[in-house]
Amino acid sequence: MAKRLDIKDLNLFYGKFHAVENVSLAVPPKNVTAFIGPSGCGKSTVLRSLNRMHEVAPGARVEGKVLLDGEDIYASTVDPVEVRRTIGMVFQRPNPFPTMSIRDNVVAGLRLAGVKDKKKLDEVAERSLRGANLWNEVKDRLDKPGGGLSGGQQQRLCIARAIAVQPDLLLMDEPCSALDPISTLAIEDLITELKKEYTIVIVTHNMQQAARVSDQTAFFNLLGVGQPGQLIEVDDTEKIFSNPGQKATEDYISGRFG
Amino acid sequence: MNDPVVARRPARSGEPGAERGVAAAPHASEAPIPPTPEAPETPKAPHVRPGDRIFRGLATGSGVFIVALIGAIGLFLIVQAIPSLGLDNVNFLTSREWNTSNPEDLRFGILDLLLVTVVVSILALLIAMPIALGIALFLTQYAPRKLARPFAYVIDLLAAVPSIVFGLWGLFVLGPELYPVSQWLVDNLGWFPLFAKGNVNLQLGATVFTAGIVVAVMILPIITAVSREVFERTPTMHVEGAIALGATKWEVVRTTVLPFGKAGYVSASMLGLGRALGETIAVMIILSTATSAFGWSLFDGGATFASKIALAAPEFNDPRSAGAYIAAGLVLFVLTFVVNAIARSIVAGHKEYE
Ligand SMILES: Nc1ncnc2c1ncn2[C@@H]1O[C@H](COP(=O)(O)OP(=O)(O)O)[C@@H](O)[C@H]1O
Ligand SMILES: [Mg+2]
Repeated sequence: MAKRLDIKDLNLFYGKFHAVENVSLAVPPKNVTAFIGPSGCGKSTVLRSLNRMHEVAPGARVEGKVLLDGEDIYASTVDPVEVRRTIGMVFQRPNPFPTMSIRDNVVAGLRLAGVKDKKKLDEVAERSLRGANLWNEVKDRLDKPGGGLSGGQQQRLCIARAIAVQPDLLLMDEPCSALDPISTLAIEDLITELKKEYTIVIVTHNMQQAARVSDQTAFFNLLGVGQPGQLIEVDDTEKIFSNPGQKATEDYISGRFG
Repeated sequence: MNDPVVARRPARSGEPGAERGVAAAPHASEAPIPPTPEAPETPKAPHVRPGDRIFRGLATGSGVFIVALIGAIGLFLIVQAIPSLGLDNVNFLTSREWNTSNPEDLRFGILDLLLVTVVVSILALLIAMPIALGIALFLTQYAPRKLARPFAYVIDLLAAVPSIVFGLWGLFVLGPELYPVSQWLVDNLGWFPLFAKGNVNLQLGATVFTAGIVVAVMILPIITAVSREVFERTPTMHVEGAIALGATKWEVVRTTVLPFGKAGYVSASMLGLGRALGETIAVMIILSTATSAFGWSLFDGGATFASKIALAAPEFNDPRSAGAYIAAGLVLFVLTFVVNAIARSIVAGHKEYE
């Protein structure tokens, strides 16, 4: 359940390329933190380092610490597969497993974790689909493939899949960028509700969205091509959007940049 | 005439204009669009660029050509086969006899050829399919990049080895080497028809068993190469979705790579089966034609369609005898078509990923 996240002196590399430099930030439990910044500045890279997805890329390397309630997920005794099982991730393009039914999609994570009890799985499927505001739309076709849903429904299915394991942390990488405005609104409402139970980090290129859903905003920037991305500042969302501490943040938010 | 119909439309669709009755008609969303006044009087033919025309001609031509070619081959086979089929003194489909040396008394039936062909091919497929699957998964999912490339080349090289080399290897090396295995199978599982003592000398290994294994090696590269390409195309977003849920390597393969690649793997195998059915020289060299009929044992000798036809070259000078072999070729042609049709229907049944 909702844990506190602390990132300490994080440096991320793809082979020799230093992609992100010296990121430190803290996310309290049951809080929504938005990552904003121009594309290529390393928002996705940082997000993917939070559930050890970064190292899946060939040659990728991590330096620094990522603490969940004080425990380093990069400690040498920690199995990355176990880490990912307790952290939910939602991607830019909805990616339900096309050959699996809606129900099986939702409980896929639990199945991987070894839960076999049919009754428990059905319960979790219903609870998660309700949690993702999707239950009423799909309750009559739980055995149909997830690929048959609309884009917005698929994305909510992916959110249901991510929260089915009641994750310590929920990561979202531009979850609305492939969706129409109505579906986007539905997801934003959902995030506001999920915040009551989960710690959420969301990457977004949409500043209004960051302003609407997040409590805290982190602005990343790139000093130049080939340079590592940097965390410029992180603060309460209200403050970032009304009175940012850095000139670069202000320029970016007011659209004079990137 | 049309007015009342138009007027009622909004009422049905429950638009706000409904109560206003006829007056709503002009506002109805279905109001007819007036014809464009500046429509040209003589419609001009759309301009086609010469490049488009040439390319379309080439593409259509190639398509028509290949269909015509296949049609012509089928027609040729049928035309050449019919006279001999008329002269056949036994049932062509159900007889196990094959004697065409006397054109005055043709006695030929394909049952034995069909059985040996199918058994050799199925055996080859049963051996090659799991191995190819393993290699393709290893190369795409497990092997370090540095190793995967050269390994894949080696597999592809297998496809470049001439058929006759495989045949010689099967006859002189593999056949005798297999003797202990086949002897053991006959001794211990001989009660099962497939492993019964066959109609040829086990020690020489000129059996369906040896032929099946050699053909398996020969079709391995094509199945592996096609499956590997398909597995490589598994959408990253699904693979990442599985990894993010905490799937281990094998679980990623099971939940994304295999469902995605299943149809391609089946078509790859059917391609392999097509090759196995038609494989000629290697099988001809390995299989010794037995004196008695094929008895459902892997340790029988015999002949497949292709090897039988290849062995019969001396008889081709008489069109009546040649016709008998062409009829056999026709059956092989149809068999290959059926295999392909089955493969297509299997592939069409797995459309979730499109
Ligand atoms: N798999 C990868 N291999 C190598 N470089 C990568 C990879 N993914 C991202 N990068 C590079 O890392 C930098 C940050 O990318 P990313 O985190 O995707 O930025 P953002 O999400 O902010 O747009 C970019 O320069 C990008 O080209
Ligand atoms: Mg990104």
